[in-house]
Amino acid sequence: MFTQGPSITFRAGLLLLASIALMTLDHRQQTLEGIRSGLSLVVYPMQYLVNLPFVIVDWADETLSTHKTLLAQNRELRSRQLKLDFRLQKLAALEAENERLRALLQSASRNWERVLIAELLSVDFDPFKHRVLLNKGSRDGVFEGHPLLDARGVMGQVIHVTPINSTAILITDPAHAIPVQVNRNGLRALAVGTGENNTLDIPHLPNNADIEVGDLLVTSGLGLRFPSGYPVATVDTIRRDPGQPYAQISATPLAQLDHAREVLLVWPELPEVPE
Amino acid sequence: MVHHQGGWVISLTFIAAMMLTMVPLPGWAEFLRPEWVTMVLIYWCMALPQRVGVGVGWVAGLLLDVIHGAVLGQYALALSLVAYITLTLHQRLRIYPLAQQALIVLLLLLLQQLLVIWIKGFLGQSPDSLQYWLPSFTSMLLWPWMFLILRDVRRNFRVS
Repeated sequence: MFTQGPSITFRAGLLLLASIALMTLDHRQQTLEGIRSGLSLVVYPMQYLVNLPFVIVDWADETLSTHKTLLAQNRELRSRQLKLDFRLQKLAALEAENERLRALLQSASRNWERVLIAELLSVDFDPFKHRVLLNKGSRDGVFEGHPLLDARGVMGQVIHVTPINSTAILITDPAHAIPVQVNRNGLRALAVGTGENNTLDIPHLPNNADIEVGDLLVTSGLGLRFPSGYPVATVDTIRRDPGQPYAQISATPLAQLDHAREVLLVWPELPEVPE
Repeated sequence: MVHHQGGWVISLTFIAAMMLTMVPLPGWAEFLRPEWVTMVLIYWCMALPQRVGVGVGWVAGLLLDVIHGAVLGQYALALSLVAYITLTLHQRLRIYPLAQQALIVLLLLLLQQLLVIWIKGFLGQSPDSLQYWLPSFTSMLLWPWMFLILRDVRRNFRVS
């Protein structure tokens, strides 16, 4: 039966070694992005097909909705835009003022950041990992480490890019950490993913740190990856146990990590780092 | 020289299994998702050991690595080992009653999950909840249907 080629034991052994070599290369050196990107392109048609029913339902929902609901929606959006425009007026004045003050202090001015809108594909990954698939890739300018936001806060960052799509890791993934600061007093911390859908862990803050339940955590920009000043999470619970060296603090992400459909990719204006 | 036919049917079953692996499920069902690709692989290794073997398992595993966003080679290693064991057992597996087959499938899947959690542990990202092991058991429960469906597919399209 197995007359052609080497025996299956030999082949299995060879493939075993190949797998181990692949894992070592992929984990230690990250030199296999090309191969992964190629394989992603093979997988993409399947992901596209899996996502298709959801696109069709959305489309049908939009096309078949009645004149009346559309009008109501339109009216609601108009009034919301009016409110946002009003807030934007104040913001423009504040921004100009901020710019002037920064110029007085001779510190670098921050320009308006570039933004790209991407859509999430309805595709599941490993349930223990918090990843999402975006429909924009390197030909749209997406790069590895690209910060990902939604309308409410920071969602995560891009980790793999192919020409037509990209994979992002969410801030709740256990392998992710984001540098934050308390908006109230500038206390710096890290927000580490827990693997649970709606919790971040704030480790390594001493028991007497000035942090309270309800505090807003914003990006500090210290990792040189996320733009500074975007909301990340609010502090949820604090347990100060005198027997423990650090307080146990958990926070709830502000971004709608599990049901956002459209997300923003932001080009951060990062400060120049001296070599 | 034996004439093979129906390669596209085998590929299609693998593609369907991979798509089932990606279909979004509600939160409570995420941990119950059966290991579709491994089940399809076990079936073809058992039914057509001269066509589907460790090589196919390895390639399917590599694609699964990309689908799961895992380190490249993790599922490739696990699936080629599962294929290897199925190949060595295939004559016995064929004559077992379905329930006994399902038990062997459970063992093979537990082995696969053990290898995967082992590799994840090496990389420092091992999941610590017992829910991790559920897919093996849901796959075992689904195996009889899986077997009958794939057998019908194989006979219908005369895959050999």
